[in-house]
Amino acid sequence: MRVNFTVNGSKETVDDVWEGESLLYVLRERMGLPGSKNACEQGECGSCTVYLDGVPACSCLVAAGQVEGREVRTVEGLAQGSTGSDQQLDPVQEAFVEAGAVQCGFCTPGLIVQSHDLINRVPDPSDAEIREALAGNLCRCTGYEKILDAVRLAASRKAAAQ
Amino acid sequence: MDFLRPTTWEDALAAKAGQPDALPVQGGTDVMVEINFDLHRPAALLDLNPVRELAEWDVVDGRLRVGAGVPYVRLIEELGDRLPGLAQASRTVGSPQIRNRGTVGGNLGAASPAGDSHPPLIAGDAEIEVASAARGVRMIPATEFYTGVKRNALEPDELIRAFWTDPAPGPQYFSKIGTRNAMVIAVCSFAIALHPGRRRVGTGVGSAAPTPRRATAAEDFLSAELDWEGRGPLSISAAKEFGELVKRAASPIDDVRGTADYRRHALSVMARRTLTWAWNDYRDGAKAGKEAS
Repeated sequence: MRVNFTVNGSKETVDDVWEGESLLYVLRERMGLPGSKNACEQGECGSCTVYLDGVPACSCLVAAGQVEGREVRTVEGLAQGSTGSDQQLDPVQEAFVEAGAVQCGFCTPGLIVQSHDLINRVPDPSDAEIREALAGNLCRCTGYEKILDAVRLAASRKAAAQ
Repeated sequence: MDFLRPTTWEDALAAKAGQPDALPVQGGTDVMVEINFDLHRPAALLDLNPVRELAEWDVVDGRLRVGAGVPYVRLIEELGDRLPGLAQASRTVGSPQIRNRGTVGGNLGAASPAGDSHPPLIAGDAEIEVASAARGVRMIPATEFYTGVKRNALEPDELIRAFWTDPAPGPQYFSKIGTRNAMVIAVCSFAIALHPGRRRVGTGVGSAAPTPRRATAAEDFLSAELDWEGRGPLSISAAKEFGELVKRAASPIDDVRGTADYRRHALSVMARRTLTWAWNDYRDGAKAGKEAS
Protein backbone atom coordinates (compact mmCIF):
# COMPACT_ATOMS: atom_id res chain seq x y z
CA MET A 1 0.00 0.00 0.00
CA ARG A 2 0.96 3.63 -0.29
CA VAL A 3 1.47 5.82 2.79
CA ASN A 4 1.61 9.62 2.69
CA PHE A 5 2.92 11.42 5.73
CA THR A 6 5.16 14.23 6.88
CA VAL A 7 8.61 13.33 8.18
CA ASN A 8 10.74 16.01 9.79
CA GLY A 9 8.74 18.70 8.01
CA SER A 10 8.92 17.12 4.57
CA LYS A 11 5.89 15.56 2.85
CA GLU A 12 6.73 12.04 1.79
CA THR A 13 5.07 9.24 -0.13
CA VAL A 14 6.17 5.68 0.41
CA ASP A 15 5.04 2.84 -1.84
CA ASP A 16 4.91 -0.93 -1.52
CA VAL A 17 4.47 -0.80 2.24
CA TRP A 18 3.29 -4.10 3.71
CA GLU A 19 0.10 -3.60 5.73
CA GLY A 20 1.54 -5.19 8.87
CA GLU A 21 4.74 -3.18 8.71
CA SER A 22 5.76 -0.83 11.51
CA LEU A 23 6.52 2.85 11.18
CA LEU A 24 10.03 2.01 12.40
CA TYR A 25 10.61 -0.32 9.44
CA VAL A 26 9.36 2.30 7.01
CA LEU A 27 11.66 4.95 8.46
CA ARG A 28 14.76 2.77 8.56
CA GLU A 29 14.42 0.44 5.61
CA ARG A 30 12.37 2.42 3.12
CA MET A 31 13.29 6.04 3.85
CA GLY A 32 16.95 5.84 4.86
CA LEU A 33 16.37 7.30 8.30
CA PRO A 34 18.30 4.90 10.56
CA GLY A 35 18.41 7.23 13.58
CA SER A 36 15.49 5.48 15.26
CA LYS A 37 16.90 2.16 16.40
CA ASN A 38 15.40 -1.29 16.09
CA ALA A 39 15.97 -3.37 19.20
CA CYS A 40 13.13 -5.08 21.04
CA GLU A 41 10.23 -4.56 18.59
CA GLN A 42 7.81 -4.76 21.51
CA GLY A 43 7.85 -1.33 23.10
CA GLU A 44 10.07 -2.36 25.99
CA CYS A 45 13.28 -0.49 25.17
CA GLY A 46 12.34 2.93 23.78
CA SER A 47 15.17 2.94 21.19
CA CYS A 48 12.73 3.67 18.38
CA THR A 49 10.97 6.60 20.06
CA VAL A 50 9.74 9.28 17.63
CA TYR A 51 7.21 12.07 17.83
CA LEU A 52 3.87 11.18 16.26
CA ASP A 53 1.81 14.36 15.93
CA GLY A 54 4.02 15.83 18.65
CA VAL A 55 3.59 12.93 21.09
CA PRO A 56 6.43 10.46 21.76
CA ALA A 57 5.64 6.92 20.70
CA CYS A 58 7.52 3.71 20.06
CA SER A 59 7.62 3.63 16.26
CA CYS A 60 7.90 -0.17 16.32
CA LEU A 61 4.33 -0.29 17.68
CA VAL A 62 2.78 2.12 15.18
CA ALA A 63 1.44 0.39 12.09
CA ALA A 64 2.75 2.18 9.01
CA GLY A 65 -0.77 2.78 7.72
CA GLN A 66 -1.65 4.58 10.94
CA VAL A 67 0.62 7.52 10.07
CA GLU A 68 -1.30 8.35 6.89
CA GLY A 69 -1.71 12.12 6.82
CA ARG A 70 0.11 12.56 10.12
CA GLU A 71 3.37 14.16 11.21
CA VAL A 72 6.40 12.23 12.37
CA ARG A 73 9.53 13.79 13.81
CA THR A 74 12.56 11.57 14.30
CA VAL A 75 15.88 12.21 16.01
CA GLU A 76 17.17 13.31 12.59
CA GLY A 77 14.67 16.16 12.71
CA LEU A 78 15.76 17.70 16.00
CA ALA A 79 18.86 19.56 14.82
CA GLN A 80 18.39 22.97 13.24
CA GLY A 81 19.51 23.75 9.72
CA SER A 82 20.44 21.48 6.84
CA THR A 83 22.91 18.67 7.17
CA GLY A 84 26.57 19.53 7.11
CA SER A 85 28.78 21.99 8.91
CA ASP A 86 26.10 24.65 9.39
CA GLN A 87 23.87 22.22 11.28
CA GLN A 88 23.17 23.16 14.87
CA LEU A 89 22.49 20.27 17.22
CA ASP A 90 19.52 20.55 19.54
CA PRO A 91 20.52 21.54 23.09
CA VAL A 92 19.47 18.08 24.31
CA GLN A 93 21.82 16.46 21.79
CA GLU A 94 24.66 18.77 22.80
CA ALA A 95 24.06 18.03 26.47
CA PHE A 96 24.23 14.27 25.83
CA VAL A 97 27.60 14.71 24.09
CA GLU A 98 29.02 16.98 26.75
CA ALA A 99 27.80 14.98 29.74
CA GLY A 100 29.21 11.74 28.36
CA ALA A 101 25.75 10.25 28.23
CA VAL A 102 26.61 8.32 25.06
CA GLN A 103 28.57 5.10 25.18
CA CYS A 104 27.63 2.54 22.53
CA GLY A 105 25.00 5.03 21.38
CA PHE A 106 22.27 2.56 20.51
CA CYS A 107 19.75 3.85 23.06
CA THR A 108 20.72 7.49 22.50
CA PRO A 109 18.25 8.53 19.78
CA GLY A 110 15.27 7.27 21.77
CA LEU A 111 16.53 8.86 24.97
CA ILE A 112 17.09 12.15 23.19
CA VAL A 113 13.60 12.28 21.72
CA GLN A 114 12.05 11.32 25.05
CA SER A 115 14.20 13.85 26.96
CA HIS A 116 13.39 16.53 24.38
CA ASP A 117 9.69 15.97 25.03
CA LEU A 118 10.17 16.00 28.82
CA ILE A 119 11.98 19.34 28.79
CA ASN A 120 9.34 20.84 26.53
CA ARG A 121 6.59 19.77 28.90
CA VAL A 122 8.43 20.23 32.21
CA PRO A 123 11.07 22.95 31.93
CA ASP A 124 12.67 22.20 35.30
CA PRO A 125 12.15 18.47 35.89
CA SER A 126 12.94 16.88 39.24
CA ASP A 127 15.06 13.74 39.32
CA ALA A 128 11.91 11.74 39.95
CA GLU A 129 10.27 13.29 36.89
CA ILE A 130 13.32 12.54 34.74
CA ARG A 131 13.41 8.93 35.91
CA GLU A 132 9.70 8.54 35.30
CA ALA A 133 9.93 10.09 31.82
CA LEU A 134 12.83 7.81 30.86
CA ALA A 135 11.42 4.66 32.49
CA GLY A 136 10.71 3.16 29.08
CA ASN A 137 14.17 3.75 27.61
CA LEU A 138 16.75 1.09 28.36
CA CYS A 139 20.50 1.75 28.36
CA ARG A 140 22.81 -1.17 29.02
CA CYS A 141 26.08 0.83 29.13
CA THR A 142 25.92 3.96 31.19
CA GLY A 143 24.11 3.06 34.38
CA TYR A 144 21.92 6.11 33.59
CA GLU A 145 23.78 8.58 35.83
CA LYS A 146 25.35 10.41 32.89
CA ILE A 147 22.02 10.41 31.12
CA LEU A 148 20.38 12.08 34.12
CA ASP A 149 23.27 14.58 34.10
CA ALA A 150 22.62 15.31 30.43
CA VAL A 151 18.91 15.92 30.95
CA ARG A 152 19.60 18.23 33.90
CA LEU A 153 22.20 20.10 31.83
CA ALA A 154 19.86 20.48 28.86
CA ALA A 155 17.04 21.70 31.10
CA SER A 156 19.22 24.27 32.86
CA ARG A 157 20.61 25.56 29.55
CA LYS A 158 17.17 25.87 28.09
CA ALA A 159 15.96 27.73 31.18
CA ALA A 160 18.99 30.05 31.03
CA ALA A 161 18.38 30.79 27.36
CA GLN A 162 14.83 31.96 28.03
CA MET B 1 -3.28 -8.34 4.58
CA ASP B 2 -5.78 -5.52 4.21
CA PHE B 3 -5.49 -2.19 5.99
CA LEU B 4 -8.84 -0.57 6.70
CA ARG B 5 -9.03 3.09 7.66
CA PRO B 6 -12.62 4.13 8.37
CA THR B 7 -13.00 7.73 9.48
CA THR B 8 -16.43 7.51 11.11
CA TRP B 9 -17.91 5.09 13.65
CA GLU B 10 -20.60 4.00 11.17
CA ASP B 11 -17.93 3.19 8.58
CA ALA B 12 -15.91 1.34 11.20
CA LEU B 13 -18.90 -0.86 12.10
CA ALA B 14 -19.59 -1.45 8.41
CA ALA B 15 -15.95 -2.39 7.85
CA LYS B 16 -16.01 -4.83 10.77
CA ALA B 17 -19.28 -6.35 9.53
CA GLY B 18 -17.81 -6.73 6.04
CA GLN B 19 -14.60 -8.26 7.32
CA PRO B 20 -15.24 -9.83 10.74
CA ASP B 21 -11.72 -11.26 10.90
CA ALA B 22 -10.19 -7.76 10.73
CA LEU B 23 -8.25 -6.99 13.90
CA PRO B 24 -9.01 -3.55 15.37
CA VAL B 25 -5.93 -1.52 16.27
CA GLN B 26 -5.76 1.62 18.44
CA GLY B 27 -2.36 2.38 19.97
CA GLY B 28 -0.87 -0.82 18.60
CA THR B 29 0.90 -1.58 21.88
CA ASP B 30 -0.46 -5.14 21.92
CA VAL B 31 -1.43 -5.71 18.31
CA MET B 32 1.89 -4.68 16.77
CA VAL B 33 3.93 -6.83 19.16
CA GLU B 34 2.08 -9.88 17.89
CA ILE B 35 2.60 -8.87 14.27
CA ASN B 36 6.28 -7.93 14.75
CA PHE B 37 6.96 -11.36 16.24
CA ASP B 38 4.74 -13.08 13.69
CA LEU B 39 2.64 -14.58 16.48
CA HIS B 40 -0.52 -13.48 14.77
CA ARG B 41 -1.13 -12.61 11.13
CA PRO B 42 -4.63 -11.12 10.94
CA ALA B 43 -6.43 -11.02 7.61
CA ALA B 44 -6.76 -7.27 8.01
CA LEU B 45 -5.96 -4.44 10.37
CA LEU B 46 -8.80 -2.07 11.18
CA ASP B 47 -7.21 1.23 12.22
CA LEU B 48 -9.52 3.05 14.62
CA ASN B 49 -7.25 6.08 15.15
CA PRO B 50 -9.06 8.16 12.50
CA VAL B 51 -12.45 7.65 14.23
CA ARG B 52 -12.17 10.79 16.28
CA GLU B 53 -15.16 10.29 18.57
CA LEU B 54 -13.49 7.22 20.08
CA ALA B 55 -10.86 9.51 21.62
CA GLU B 56 -13.47 11.62 23.41
CA TRP B 57 -15.15 11.29 26.80
CA ASP B 58 -18.27 12.84 28.16
CA VAL B 59 -20.59 12.93 31.16
CA VAL B 60 -24.05 11.57 30.34
CA ASP B 61 -26.72 11.75 33.05
CA GLY B 62 -24.04 11.88 35.70
CA ARG B 63 -22.13 8.87 34.36
CA LEU B 64 -18.83 8.97 32.53
CA ARG B 65 -18.78 7.62 29.01
CA VAL B 66 -15.15 7.21 28.03
CA GLY B 67 -14.35 6.45 24.40
CA ALA B 68 -12.40 3.28 23.70
CA GLY B 69 -9.62 5.30 22.08
CA VAL B 70 -8.77 7.64 24.97
CA PRO B 71 -5.11 6.90 25.76
CA TYR B 72 -3.92 6.18 29.31
CA VAL B 73 -2.05 9.49 29.50
CA ARG B 74 -5.32 11.38 29.08
CA LEU B 75 -7.19 9.16 31.55
CA ILE B 76 -4.54 10.13 34.11
CA GLU B 77 -4.50 13.84 33.28
CA GLU B 78 -8.16 14.48 32.53
CA LEU B 79 -10.02 11.90 34.62
CA GLY B 80 -7.63 11.20 37.51
CA ASP B 81 -9.85 13.08 39.95
CA ARG B 82 -13.03 11.31 38.92
CA LEU B 83 -11.60 7.83 38.34
CA PRO B 84 -8.70 7.58 40.79
CA GLY B 85 -8.55 3.76 40.77
CA LEU B 86 -8.35 3.57 37.00
CA ALA B 87 -5.87 6.45 36.92
CA GLN B 88 -3.60 4.67 39.37
CA ALA B 89 -3.77 1.54 37.23
CA SER B 90 -3.11 3.60 34.09
CA ARG B 91 0.03 5.02 35.66
CA THR B 92 1.44 1.51 35.97
CA VAL B 93 0.95 0.68 32.29
CA GLY B 94 4.26 0.27 30.43
CA SER B 95 6.16 3.52 30.00
CA PRO B 96 5.26 7.08 28.99
CA GLN B 97 5.53 6.12 25.31
CA ILE B 98 3.14 3.22 25.86
CA ARG B 99 0.71 5.33 27.90
CA ASN B 100 0.70 7.94 25.13
CA ARG B 101 -0.69 5.34 22.73
CA GLY B 102 -2.30 2.52 24.72
CA THR B 103 -6.04 2.61 25.43
CA VAL B 104 -8.59 0.92 27.67
CA GLY B 105 -10.37 -0.13 24.47
CA GLY B 106 -7.26 -2.01 23.44
CA ASN B 107 -6.91 -3.56 26.90
CA LEU B 108 -10.52 -4.76 26.66
CA GLY B 109 -10.04 -6.05 23.13
CA ALA B 110 -6.92 -8.02 24.09
CA ALA B 111 -8.65 -9.21 27.31
CA SER B 112 -5.40 -10.40 28.84
CA PRO B 113 -5.97 -11.58 32.42
CA ALA B 114 -3.05 -9.29 33.34
CA GLY B 115 -4.46 -6.13 31.73
CA ASP B 116 -4.09 -3.26 34.19
CA SER B 117 -7.38 -1.50 33.51
CA HIS B 118 -9.59 -4.54 34.18
CA PRO B 119 -9.56 -4.66 38.02
CA PRO B 120 -10.60 -1.00 38.49
CA LEU B 121 -13.27 -1.33 35.78
CA ILE B 122 -14.73 -4.34 37.62
CA ALA B 123 -14.43 -2.75 41.07
CA GLY B 124 -16.14 0.41 39.76
CA ASP B 125 -19.06 -1.51 38.21
CA ALA B 126 -18.18 -0.32 34.70
CA GLU B 127 -20.18 -1.35 31.68
CA ILE B 128 -18.69 -1.84 28.25
CA GLU B 129 -20.57 -0.33 25.31
CA VAL B 130 -20.12 -2.41 22.19
CA ALA B 131 -21.88 -2.06 18.86
CA SER B 132 -22.43 -3.74 15.54
CA ALA B 133 -23.89 -2.47 12.29
CA ALA B 134 -26.56 -5.20 12.33
CA ARG B 135 -27.78 -5.11 15.94
CA GLY B 136 -26.76 -1.72 17.25
CA VAL B 137 -25.54 -1.03 20.76
CA ARG B 138 -25.12 -3.62 23.52
CA MET B 139 -24.07 -2.88 27.11
CA ILE B 140 -21.99 -5.57 28.82
CA PRO B 141 -21.12 -5.37 32.54
CA ALA B 142 -17.34 -5.53 32.97
CA THR B 143 -17.70 -8.67 35.08
CA GLU B 144 -19.31 -10.46 32.14
CA PHE B 145 -17.00 -9.06 29.48
CA TYR B 146 -14.04 -11.37 30.09
CA THR B 147 -14.83 -14.93 29.02
CA GLY B 148 -11.44 -16.66 29.05
CA VAL B 149 -7.72 -16.12 28.67
CA LYS B 150 -7.49 -13.36 26.05
CA ARG B 151 -11.15 -13.89 25.16
CA ASN B 152 -14.01 -11.48 25.55
CA ALA B 153 -17.74 -11.32 24.96
CA LEU B 154 -17.51 -9.50 21.61
CA GLU B 155 -19.25 -10.98 18.60
CA PRO B 156 -17.13 -11.07 15.42
CA ASP B 157 -18.94 -8.08 13.92
CA GLU B 158 -18.79 -5.96 17.09
CA LEU B 159 -16.44 -3.16 18.11
CA ILE B 160 -15.85 -1.58 21.51
CA ARG B 161 -17.21 1.96 21.56
CA ALA B 162 -16.70 3.10 25.18
CA PHE B 163 -16.84 2.16 28.80
CA TRP B 164 -19.35 3.67 31.21
CA THR B 165 -18.76 4.14 34.89
CA ASP B 166 -19.82 6.46 37.70
CA PRO B 167 -17.38 9.13 38.82
CA ALA B 168 -15.89 7.63 41.98
CA PRO B 169 -18.54 7.94 44.73
CA GLY B 170 -15.88 7.03 47.32
CA PRO B 171 -12.22 6.15 47.71
CA GLN B 172 -10.63 3.89 45.10
CA TYR B 173 -7.22 2.24 45.04
CA PHE B 174 -5.21 0.00 42.75
CA SER B 175 -2.16 -2.03 43.62
CA LYS B 176 0.07 -4.16 41.43
CA ILE B 177 3.01 -6.48 41.95
CA GLY B 178 5.93 -6.38 39.53
CA THR B 179 9.69 -6.43 39.42
CA ARG B 180 10.07 -2.69 38.87
CA ASN B 181 7.93 0.44 38.71
CA ALA B 182 7.74 0.53 34.92
CA MET B 183 7.42 -1.78 31.94
CA VAL B 184 5.89 -4.50 34.04
CA ILE B 185 3.17 -6.99 33.27
CA ALA B 186 1.35 -7.56 36.54
CA VAL B 187 2.36 -10.60 38.56
CA CYS B 188 -1.00 -9.94 40.13
CA SER B 189 -3.06 -6.83 40.84
CA PHE B 190 -5.99 -5.70 42.91
CA ALA B 191 -8.48 -2.84 42.82
CA ILE B 192 -10.92 -1.68 45.48
CA ALA B 193 -13.73 0.87 45.18
CA LEU B 194 -16.01 2.00 48.00
CA HIS B 195 -19.61 2.78 47.06
CA PRO B 196 -20.82 4.49 50.27
CA GLY B 197 -24.28 5.36 48.86
CA ARG B 198 -25.04 1.68 48.32
CA ARG B 199 -22.88 0.59 51.25
CA ARG B 200 -21.04 -1.73 48.96
CA VAL B 201 -17.41 -2.53 48.36
CA GLY B 202 -16.26 -3.31 44.81
CA THR B 203 -13.21 -5.44 44.06
CA GLY B 204 -11.25 -6.53 41.01
CA VAL B 205 -8.57 -9.21 40.95
CA GLY B 206 -6.07 -9.19 38.08
CA SER B 207 -3.59 -11.71 36.73
CA ALA B 208 -4.59 -14.41 39.17
CA ALA B 209 -7.22 -16.39 37.23
CA PRO B 210 -8.04 -17.10 33.56
CA THR B 211 -9.93 -13.80 33.55
CA PRO B 212 -9.95 -10.68 35.68
CA ARG B 213 -12.66 -11.26 38.27
CA ARG B 214 -14.54 -9.97 41.28
CA ALA B 215 -13.90 -11.33 44.78
CA THR B 216 -17.61 -11.66 45.51
CA ALA B 217 -17.45 -13.29 48.95
CA ALA B 218 -14.91 -10.67 50.07
CA GLU B 219 -17.22 -7.90 48.86
CA ASP B 220 -20.25 -9.35 50.65
CA PHE B 221 -18.35 -9.86 53.88
CA LEU B 222 -16.84 -6.39 53.95
CA SER B 223 -19.95 -4.52 52.82
CA ALA B 224 -21.80 -5.93 55.83
CA GLU B 225 -18.86 -5.51 58.20
CA LEU B 226 -17.94 -1.86 57.61
CA ASP B 227 -19.35 0.88 59.83
CA TRP B 228 -20.64 3.02 56.95
CA GLU B 229 -22.75 5.28 59.15
CA GLY B 230 -20.37 5.95 62.03
CA ARG B 231 -17.21 5.73 59.93
CA GLY B 232 -15.66 3.79 62.77
CA PRO B 233 -12.23 2.22 62.61
CA LEU B 234 -11.53 -0.91 60.60
CA SER B 235 -10.80 -3.89 62.79
CA ILE B 236 -7.60 -5.78 62.13
CA SER B 237 -9.50 -9.04 62.03
CA ALA B 238 -11.94 -7.71 59.40
CA ALA B 239 -9.09 -6.48 57.22
CA LYS B 240 -7.37 -9.83 57.55
CA GLU B 241 -10.52 -11.75 56.73
CA PHE B 242 -11.07 -9.54 53.68
CA GLY B 243 -7.53 -10.36 52.50
CA GLU B 244 -8.19 -14.04 53.09
CA LEU B 245 -11.43 -13.97 51.08
CA VAL B 246 -9.78 -12.09 48.20
CA LYS B 247 -7.03 -14.70 48.19
CA ARG B 248 -9.61 -17.46 47.98
CA ALA B 249 -11.33 -15.80 45.04
CA ALA B 250 -8.20 -16.22 42.94
CA SER B 251 -7.25 -19.32 40.97
CA PRO B 252 -3.74 -18.46 39.84
CA ILE B 253 -1.15 -20.54 38.05
CA ASP B 254 2.61 -20.90 38.34
CA ASP B 255 4.32 -19.12 35.46
CA VAL B 256 7.45 -17.13 34.61
CA ARG B 257 6.22 -14.08 36.50
CA GLY B 258 5.41 -15.79 39.78
CA THR B 259 4.03 -18.86 41.50
CA ALA B 260 0.41 -19.43 42.37
CA ASP B 261 1.28 -19.41 46.08
CA TYR B 262 3.07 -16.09 45.79
CA ARG B 263 0.16 -14.58 43.88
CA ARG B 264 -2.33 -15.70 46.52
CA HIS B 265 -0.22 -14.30 49.32
CA ALA B 266 0.43 -11.01 47.49
CA LEU B 267 -3.30 -10.61 46.81
CA SER B 268 -4.17 -10.95 50.48
CA VAL B 269 -1.57 -8.30 51.33
CA MET B 270 -2.69 -5.91 48.58
CA ALA B 271 -6.34 -6.38 49.54
CA ARG B 272 -5.62 -5.56 53.17
CA ARG B 273 -3.48 -2.54 52.33
CA THR B 274 -5.75 -0.99 49.72
CA LEU B 275 -8.74 -1.50 52.03
CA THR B 276 -6.87 0.29 54.82
CA TRP B 277 -5.99 3.22 52.56
CA ALA B 278 -9.55 3.45 51.23
CA TRP B 279 -11.22 3.17 54.60
CA ASN B 280 -8.89 5.74 56.14
CA ASP B 281 -9.78 8.14 53.30
CA TYR B 282 -13.46 7.46 53.89
CA ARG B 283 -13.06 8.11 57.61
CA ASP B 284 -11.24 11.35 56.81
CA GLY B 285 -14.28 12.30 54.79
CA ALA B 286 -12.33 12.37 51.56
CA LYS B 287 -14.70 11.91 48.67
CA ALA B 288 -12.23 10.07 46.47
CA GLY B 289 -8.98 8.18 46.86
CA LYS B 290 -5.87 10.24 46.98
CA GLU B 291 -3.59 10.03 44.00
CA ALA B 292 -1.09 7.34 44.83
CA SER B 293 2.03 7.36 42.75
